[in-house]
Amino acid sequence: MKAEETAAAASMSPAPFEIIIQPNQSWLRVDWAQLWEYRDLLVLLVHREFASKYKQTILGPLWFILQPLLTSVVMTIFFGNVAKVETDGIPHVLFYLCNQLSWSYLQQNITVGGAVFTNNSILFGKVYFPRLVMPISVIASNLVACALQLVSFLIIDFGLVVFMPGIFTPGTDRMHLTPLTLVLVPLLFLHTGLLSLGVSLWMSSLTAKYRDLNQIVQLIIQFWMFASPVIFPLSDFPIKWRWLAELNPMTAILESFRLCLLGAGTLTAESLVMSILATAFLLLTGILVFQRTSRTFIDTV
Amino acid sequence: MDKPIIEVEGLSKLYTLGSIGATTLRDTAEMIMAKVRRRPRLNGKPLTAHFAPEQVGPVPHSFWALRDVNFSVQPGEVIGLVGQNGAGKSTLLKILSRITEPTKGRAILRGRVASLLEVGTGFHPELTGRDNIYLNGAILGMKHAEITRKFDEIVAFAEVEDFIDTPVKRYSSGMHLRLAFAVAAHLEPEILLVDEVLAVGDATFQKKCLGKMGDVARQGRTVLVVSHNMASILSLCQRAVMLKFGTVAREGPVQEIVHAYLENSKPEEIVALSDRHDREGDGSVRYESLAIENAAGGSSIRTGSRCKLTIRYKSAKPIRHARFVVTICDLTHVSLLQLDSEATGGLPETLPAEGTVVCETEALAITPGRCYMNLDLIRGHQVVDRITYAAYFDVDEDDYYGTGKLPKREWTMTVLKHRWSSAPGAPVS
Repeated sequence: MKAEETAAAASMSPAPFEIIIQPNQSWLRVDWAQLWEYRDLLVLLVHREFASKYKQTILGPLWFILQPLLTSVVMTIFFGNVAKVETDGIPHVLFYLCNQLSWSYLQQNITVGGAVFTNNSILFGKVYFPRLVMPISVIASNLVACALQLVSFLIIDFGLVVFMPGIFTPGTDRMHLTPLTLVLVPLLFLHTGLLSLGVSLWMSSLTAKYRDLNQIVQLIIQFWMFASPVIFPLSDFPIKWRWLAELNPMTAILESFRLCLLGAGTLTAESLVMSILATAFLLLTGILVFQRTSRTFIDTV
Repeated sequence: MDKPIIEVEGLSKLYTLGSIGATTLRDTAEMIMAKVRRRPRLNGKPLTAHFAPEQVGPVPHSFWALRDVNFSVQPGEVIGLVGQNGAGKSTLLKILSRITEPTKGRAILRGRVASLLEVGTGFHPELTGRDNIYLNGAILGMKHAEITRKFDEIVAFAEVEDFIDTPVKRYSSGMHLRLAFAVAAHLEPEILLVDEVLAVGDATFQKKCLGKMGDVARQGRTVLVVSHNMASILSLCQRAVMLKFGTVAREGPVQEIVHAYLENSKPEEIVALSDRHDREGDGSVRYESLAIENAAGGSSIRTGSRCKLTIRYKSAKPIRHARFVVTICDLTHVSLLQLDSEATGGLPETLPAEGTVVCETEALAITPGRCYMNLDLIRGHQVVDRITYAAYFDVDEDDYYGTGKLPKREWTMTVLKHRWSSAPGAPVS
């Protein structure tokens, strides 16, 4: 906007700004200021996601904890007790519970966040707001569940240390909580959140165009799980193939979580850098692709 | 003059249709095939059958929903956007409210914009009325503090005080609607874009909405209204823009535009009834023709003429209990008279499968001007055949009162024989 135009606009209306609507060819334009304007909407959407999820269920918010807990129990029985997976000396229950912290977060994020366009097509067709608010709200609202899971994890961890000290391998660090953990765990959740946001942005943009992909999102998540150290720790992978596993951005996250909370994990600087770079790449390209899709998405509904 | 608050310059929007707006991988494959074959067809019909020739786009399967639209709106104006279905009104509103972007041209909006393309979008059934007010307000662009400030006012307007902490899924549809409109009505944007919102709700609610919209306009805000309801356009707007085939066909004072729009939306007179396909009803009986003449058999109809309507109909079998209704209305679709065979009686209970019915009227007390006739054929509560604007006739001037004076159509639509008298003496008390 030119200077004289600004002055004219200011004298004319109480809100001296202009909205210029034109075909926008640039992929790079992201209106951050406007996203910030809509921060109240973000908060309310988080509230909506959280408040409406388990309305009219008997156990209510307890499901946030029960779901990953039951998954961990099943995994403990099958992979721990039946298949006898080697888990770096960590009791199986804690190993799987700890993995669920980040993995169920990622899974929830992508399942809901990857369908942002398809699930909100009616709303998007009727009212304008920066579309990025939607996927961000999904990631943020799932964080609430994460916090609840973390608390339940710590309680179970503490309970096992006190009442069943026998299940811990002698010599391992039983309750691994240091001041550093308090800093690192939120950072790890943030990392997981940003990674899943990047993937969600890509997924939602692609499913907006190709509805077929909706069918295979769950399949992709499942394949990804088997390629990540969710069932086996990285140390169980043959050394020859470890570099391949370390290309997976979730490897460093899962190993770091275990290292932080249970004191056992295989974390290399390369895999951590790889994970951060992959997250940054997916996130940045995801935002651009998402913005691009949202501009004309409604024409293809 | 102030700088226009809305400026639209050469705005165009190209849509691709049929197999090109691909949403599945299979569609993409088909799209490529369609491109190879280069045969723009839509549902088996050539594309041109659906649009004006000028609207056909540069690539197969595409058409211009908007073509080079230009207009501007001054601050504080309430402007109506009229046009037939497919004229591009909704597309224009979608672009102005940033739901989709134009293909060419640009629009400048100098102020905060709120659009009401539908009330209650974003309501979550599981959340309470209170939560939904906040959520909906935020979706429409309000700040949390702003909603808190207006909260009581919104609740009072919606008349849902007692249910504010009840999930909205327990609301009646009326309450749901009132709440949704209340939130939207309390937006305070400089520019408000409204689409057909008034088409919902009962009469009382519509009146309330209309009143609120009038208030918004009186507060000096700019409103752009899209509606098919000419009465609300007339009562709200000062100026209107008429779109036709994606371009601005006309713009000017609201009366003029509404008049032009209604004039425009009539089928041509040459279309014989038997060629009209825009009918409603089950079609078991069809109107074949309608003729109006004066009682003497001449074609001229004057104020005060007795008329004779001859209607030809056709059916597969004899018709029982048929009710013929002819509605005579003016341009703005306001009904002046209704000629109803059930109200007057006189038709036999069973009519032959094919034939004519004739309706003769008393003196037609309508001011000079054009009148339109809508035809309805009803059996019980069922519409058998309905043709809107089946025909029109012009009422010519005549010396109805015997004084050589006759009111004009702009003043009134009907006339009535009456007498005036006077009496001497001082007023009572």
